[in-house]
Amino acid sequence: MTTVDLRGVTCPTNFVKAKLALEMVDTGAVIEFLLDDGEPVKNVPRSLKAEGHKLLGLKETDGYYVLTLEKGEE
Amino acid sequence: MSDEKKSTAIDLKNLKAGGFIKERGKDLFTVRLRVPGGRLPVGRLKKIAEVAEKYGQGMVHLSVRQSVELININFKDFDAVVAELGEGTQKVASCGARVRVPTACGGCEYNPNGLVDTQKSALEVDEKLFGTPTGHHKFKVGFAGCPFDCPKSATNDVGFQGAIWPVLEQDDCIGCGLCAKSCTEGAIAMDDAKRPVFTGDNCLYCGDCVKVCPTEAWKTEKKGYTVRIGGKWGRRPLVGTLFAEFLPEDRVVDFITAVLDWYKEKAEGEGRIRLGDVIRAEGAAALLGHLRERFPGFVVDATIPPQAIATQIGKER
Repeated sequence: MTTVDLRGVTCPTNFVKAKLALEMVDTGAVIEFLLDDGEPVKNVPRSLKAEGHKLLGLKETDGYYVLTLEKGEE
Repeated sequence: MSDEKKSTAIDLKNLKAGGFIKERGKDLFTVRLRVPGGRLPVGRLKKIAEVAEKYGQGMVHLSVRQSVELININFKDFDAVVAELGEGTQKVASCGARVRVPTACGGCEYNPNGLVDTQKSALEVDEKLFGTPTGHHKFKVGFAGCPFDCPKSATNDVGFQGAIWPVLEQDDCIGCGLCAKSCTEGAIAMDDAKRPVFTGDNCLYCGDCVKVCPTEAWKTEKKGYTVRIGGKWGRRPLVGTLFAEFLPEDRVVDFITAVLDWYKEKAEGEGRIRLGDVIRAEGAAALLGHLRERFPGFVVDATIPPQAIATQIGKER
């Protein structure tokens, strides 16, 4: 599974980087994003959902969050 | 000679009512334009620019209530300015004791936070209530699409704020916890079994839970406007207080009309007085009762009068 580390990347650059990472994988692929607490974990999943991707889960790990997502249709 | 003098006499009161405001300079006026919700098609903007260049020395002012004001307009050019703006296209706004041009945020056709269509509401109020005389003082209406409240709705005579009330379909929940993480108000927490627990008292009606939920387990149960009444800014500011919740978008004009009716009646004989000060004198319960009869189910059980802000400590009255 692809993991994209977006820790330390501020909004909205983290969302744009997530979008670029999603362009590199096929529809249906599962990808993980590492997100900081606060605004990033609040905003990035919501924005990715609005772009048509499927959120599968969110897990807290040592002060940051792992978002698991399935890439939606282009 | 005397006839000529009469023909150039100006009734300043009428001019102000029509959106023409006297400036410092001799013969100069500001012409306030009507821009409901602060949204302006580019075609009209170009026309305004042309008129400003021709009559206003190439400068406009963006007012704090989302209007464009032509400045330094000589009163002799009024007719030409109005004609060239195209009366049916770009109208002149209003001042004085009447319902003003409503303000609104960008709207939710493109703003991801928006919960209701504030632009649509602003246009409807502009069309149906703009310029209605109050008999007492100015009357301002503003629309915010969500609890971020960029238009500062509580500083309007009647201020609207988009709101939704969420409900959880437990069977559709996968227990991911995104809703609890997204809820900055502590209205949602995950229990030991990884199920969301909703504490309604903490909810600000922002709808973040509905927007983030991956499986649509959080749904919108109620949607409409939170309404705060009695706000104003200026020399003696008041913050408007809560009078109604989840008021449907299609009841907005009726609601404002009902508030106006109460204001017109209760302020009779009080002179130039804003709605908030009338509520403080009459008591909030009087207006609550008036509105509850007309909008049962949306008006809150109890509220407090508009609250004064001590901008000058020790001078509050």
